[in-house]
Amino acid sequence: MTLTAGAGQDVVAELRRRATEIRRRDLQMVVDAGNGHIGGDLSATDILATLYFGVLRVNPERPDDPERDRFILSKGHCAGALYTTLALRGFIPVDELHTFMAPLSRLNGHPDRNKVPGVETNTGPLGHGLPVGVGAAIGGQIDGATWRTFVLTGDGELQEGSNWEAAMTAGHRGLDHLTVIVDRNRFQQGDATESTVRLDPLAERWRAFGFAVTEVDGHDHAALLDVLSAAPLEPGKPTCVIAHTVKGKGVSFMENRAEWHHKVPSRDQLASALKELGDE
Amino acid sequence: MSESQLHDCRHAFSDMLVELGEEDERIVVVNNDSVGSSNTGPFRKRFPNRLVNVGIAEQNLVGVGAGLANAGKIPFVCSASCFLTGRALEQIKADVAYSNANVKLVGISSGMAYGALGPTHHSIEDFAWTRAIANLTVVAPADPEETRQAVRVAAHTRGPIFLRLSRMGVPVLYDASYNFEIGKASRLRDGADVTIIANGVLVTRALAAAELLATHGVQARVLNMATVRPLDRDAIVAAARETGAIVTVEEHTVFGGLGGAVAEVIVQTVPVPMRLLGVPGVFAPTGGAEWLLEHFRLTPEGIRDAALELQQSRAHV
Repeated sequence: MTLTAGAGQDVVAELRRRATEIRRRDLQMVVDAGNGHIGGDLSATDILATLYFGVLRVNPERPDDPERDRFILSKGHCAGALYTTLALRGFIPVDELHTFMAPLSRLNGHPDRNKVPGVETNTGPLGHGLPVGVGAAIGGQIDGATWRTFVLTGDGELQEGSNWEAAMTAGHRGLDHLTVIVDRNRFQQGDATESTVRLDPLAERWRAFGFAVTEVDGHDHAALLDVLSAAPLEPGKPTCVIAHTVKGKGVSFMENRAEWHHKVPSRDQLASALKELGDE
Repeated sequence: MSESQLHDCRHAFSDMLVELGEEDERIVVVNNDSVGSSNTGPFRKRFPNRLVNVGIAEQNLVGVGAGLANAGKIPFVCSASCFLTGRALEQIKADVAYSNANVKLVGISSGMAYGALGPTHHSIEDFAWTRAIANLTVVAPADPEETRQAVRVAAHTRGPIFLRLSRMGVPVLYDASYNFEIGKASRLRDGADVTIIANGVLVTRALAAAELLATHGVQARVLNMATVRPLDRDAIVAAARETGAIVTVEEHTVFGGLGGAVAEVIVQTVPVPMRLLGVPGVFAPTGGAEWLLEHFRLTPEGIRDAALELQQSRAHV
């Protein structure tokens, strides 16, 4: 299923429904595994739902199609959200999700492209996704290809210098088929980003590296769909979408609390989280 | 040996890269402001659109290589070996080897080729670092013909590879009848008393050492172990069985390199006495590349003396 840009309320309702389904299954999966990174999963969920159910030209039947859009999850620790999304999009069986991080499961704590169809590169150490995305975009640029590359980074991850090496190259080469989405939940593992090492003024920084930058509510499916479908924002420039998000979004007791970076909910907490999310 | 008989293998590399580029438009080159030092200028001149210079940014260099492979290209990622392996090791591990990206990593001016520029520019840890990584082939060619063939094989073999090249002049060892194969040692001389295992720029010195040993009545087998991973276990075990002693010679620290790799096989198969020659776990003093090889006795005489000492120690057991 591929939805088209500028679609109506029914499309946005579908994205919302998918996002809720991803959240519910991801929470269940993390509780089953006794492991995972639920806070960042939940902040990225609406972005993933919008990409996979509204933007990306990908086909689960042909995950290696040379003309596919590339999506790279640079914040590889949020593999749980990616697997759940890939399962609902048909890349892997939904009933495989319960094997997440179990011995010999292909659903490792960080994604492995050689095991899971739809994964483009193995991430986990931070600051790796954008250089690979830049390389893919250069490959497409050499060929004059039409496919696009999307890289989702965490915000704390932007403290890794490799991102800015890659950003310099992207700006220099005018990679307008490349879009970086920053999951700007303002938290990293140990603390708020701005208390750790300041990232603001983040938009100005990306602009200075040659990107066309826009900021959106990272939980507003209609806004995400509009901006991600329309990329590039400016011909001849790579795009940066700063998606303002809430870590732990959708579960009140997790929201904006650094400890939910990789804390695992109890069964009782799972029940109340699922109740909050509803069945939509 | 006169300078005119010595060859900088970067030229063989560069020529083959252009040849491969003509044959296959998927071949691209990625540089970190290293077009000159990696001798990729001819490729850039012929295929300006297929040379990607990411600037002085090694993490990005290797990540971009992995991304180009994702886009269907066959990238040759070329950089001074010290920076390629030292600065971008995690990208080599995760983006290339673990991801099984079809990337060809080319470490130029490896070992102590940068001479008096000093230990920051020496790459005497790269075998240890790269051969510890799963799913990464590690090859150090010894002469222009082996370089040409290794580059061609790398392009035609799907998967990650690290080619360790030098800029030090070496004489011709092979002609076009040679057939380089990944994981196969090449026996350059036979003998029954001891085996000298070397690779890269030191193969020629190992052969010269064998000639010196012959004057002492010691017949040395000489193996060019161009592939450090996967290692030619059969050739190593045969050498142990048939010659009873092994000397390894490498332009690398003696910790974790070719000697270590050979020793790992030997102690678990046919334990025989060994001597591991290389840089003895120190940062080199100031000196040119040739001078440093002399300093660390990585010379025909130094190899000869180690082999003779090994023979004597066996006689006293």
